[in-house]
Amino acid sequence: MKDLTRRKRLRHSLIVLFTLFIFSLPFLITNNYYLSVLVIIGIHTTVVVGLCLLMGYAGQISLGHAAFYGLGAYASGILTSTYGISPWLAILAGAVGTGLITYTMGIPIFRLKEHYLALATLGLGLIIHVIFVEEVELTGGPSGLSKGIPYLSIGKLVLNTDFRYYFLVWAIALAAIILANNVVHSRIGRALRSIHGSEFAAKSLGVDTDKFKLQVFALSAIYASVAGSLYAHYITFISPSPFGLMTSIQFVVMAVVGGLSSIWGPILGVTAVTLLTEALKSIIPQLIPQAGGEYEIVIFGLILVITMIFLPEGLTSGLLKLYEGWRYRKERADEIP
Amino acid sequence: MVLRFRRMSAILAIALILGLLLTGCGGGNANTEKSATTETKEPYKIGAIFDISGTSSSLGIPERDTVQMIVDEVNKSGGINGHPIDLIMLDNKSNETESALAAKSLIQQGVLAIVGPSASGTTMAIIEAAQKGETPLVSAAASIRIVDPVKDRKWVFKTAQSDSLVAAKIATYLKSKGLTKIAFASMNNAFGDSGRAQFEKAAAQEGITILVKEKFEATDTIMTSQLTNIKKAAPQAVVAWAIPPSASSFTANFRQLGLTMPLIHSHGIGNKKFIELAGDAANGVVFPVGKLLVAEGLPDTDPQKAVLVDYATKFEANKFGTRNTFGGHAYDAIQIVIDAVKKAGPDKAKIRDEIEKTQNFTGISGVFNMSPTDHNGLSLDSMVMVEIVNGKWVLAK
Repeated sequence: MKDLTRRKRLRHSLIVLFTLFIFSLPFLITNNYYLSVLVIIGIHTTVVVGLCLLMGYAGQISLGHAAFYGLGAYASGILTSTYGISPWLAILAGAVGTGLITYTMGIPIFRLKEHYLALATLGLGLIIHVIFVEEVELTGGPSGLSKGIPYLSIGKLVLNTDFRYYFLVWAIALAAIILANNVVHSRIGRALRSIHGSEFAAKSLGVDTDKFKLQVFALSAIYASVAGSLYAHYITFISPSPFGLMTSIQFVVMAVVGGLSSIWGPILGVTAVTLLTEALKSIIPQLIPQAGGEYEIVIFGLILVITMIFLPEGLTSGLLKLYEGWRYRKERADEIP
Repeated sequence: MVLRFRRMSAILAIALILGLLLTGCGGGNANTEKSATTETKEPYKIGAIFDISGTSSSLGIPERDTVQMIVDEVNKSGGINGHPIDLIMLDNKSNETESALAAKSLIQQGVLAIVGPSASGTTMAIIEAAQKGETPLVSAAASIRIVDPVKDRKWVFKTAQSDSLVAAKIATYLKSKGLTKIAFASMNNAFGDSGRAQFEKAAAQEGITILVKEKFEATDTIMTSQLTNIKKAAPQAVVAWAIPPSASSFTANFRQLGLTMPLIHSHGIGNKKFIELAGDAANGVVFPVGKLLVAEGLPDTDPQKAVLVDYATKFEANKFGTRNTFGGHAYDAIQIVIDAVKKAGPDKAKIRDEIEKTQNFTGISGVFNMSPTDHNGLSLDSMVMVEIVNGKWVLAK
């Protein structure tokens, strides 16, 4: 019991330390480009935290998260630019709407298991994407929303610089992490993990697995939706192309690279993938002058394969294991002589 | 032993990732320092973002090659007023989020202007960054929305003909041939969508009736269902708005179904790829396009002829492939920027003013006359109707 409290305290102090670190970063980094990369990392982290809840804890996969991300973006974009509704209300509307859609759609979808479930979420994502493309009157079709999306503002403070937006994005990302952390360490979290372990066993012990799976699916979709709204107000232009299957896969890759079993996985995964993409963008042309993104994809793929072979549980637990292994060997080496 | 090997490999993998990250952050600076010490005058930084890989790569690759070629040429002949150009080229992978980050990266590195991106979506995603970063942006993409409304696009220009111009050209051509009942088919993306909207307007103006409208996906290879619908409506001509490969598949299917009315395409098929993929089916297709494709066939009185022939010869001599209009858009963009920098020096606001004042600039896509109300500056005579005869581009009669 004492050990548990100590662990809890450690967990809390880690979060506090990380929050301090995150909010002091923009004062240390004066480079606007690095800040904008961090903003994108923050937005993607919010999506991937939700995805990790679903994949790592409830053991269910989703290949449709880019579409939920898009639902938030379009809700914000359309409500603010066409109907002139307050951006904050639009974010809320997007989140509630996405939650309702995914909850109701989840009822039939979650009767499926494993690969079939993955395919069903893929299908759901594709359908939503088709709606973005085809509803020309509402969404502007493939050309994207025709009217500009306004910036977010808090009172009179307009969040129109990377510096200001950074704080909003990371406040929301951290809130998402803390909320997820609380869910994971609550009764629901234990129920979720029991579903991951064995759904039949969980059911036989009286866990309402269907309800929990649906709830966590809707919650993770809401995360994606809020992140999508943040994306829309950041870039101020949206078209259907960032909300397609490739982005869904990218989110899954980020989640898997980071590691599904820890709440720190998403941050590590998103950061590693995003920084790598950005770094490769400027390194590759210097190594091979005529090369474009295709080489990036090759190198990227190689690194992914290496990570998956040697750190199959993702960077977080992989690094932890490496550290523990090193400490174990050191202790043994100390004992032997 | 095996365990140790695995551990070592894992450490190596992490070291590799970290190493790549570190060099990535330091790379940019090292490059500029090197060129600064070898040159006498401080280099001018110009940024370029193109869709070099991904779905729009058929546009981005010739654009990248063209810009690189022009910059190398200028640097060889002494640079801009003695200042060499330090070109920073980034690939946005046809991805809007990466495009926005690339623009921010370039602006942070202090470029004087940005040329590109290649497609309308990737351009729209960086307009805010250019406006806020107060950096002139000369896009090679077509959509009219890039420069309209012009009061919100102070820093943004474009060199490709607007869809409205292309649509008007097709509509006048149809009218002149007496083809007033037509069918329209477009690819289901930003390009086809914007084309459809503009063509509807142009057709209404010229009194042309669109009997049936069909759509196909960029990845479709069989369009028989759309073509059957078109056949049923029995139009006098068919207008298609797409880029290869779907434009080629549409044309091949069109011939396979035995449709005999004239087939008119948009400027989206202005590269050799269309003919390669469509094969014999391409023969007889008519489309409006910049004069580059038929440069040698133009009358000598055409003011653009010398520039066009010169660019086409150099492009093909460099083994970049066959000339195409997309490379031409990039040529115009980088030339306009270089001219403006030549006049204004390293001052972004003055460069913007100079770009806006561009008058009688003879480029590849036409003769540009920019103004505070027109950030494209092209007129209808910037295009000609071209027919494909025996796999070659010929001026249509």
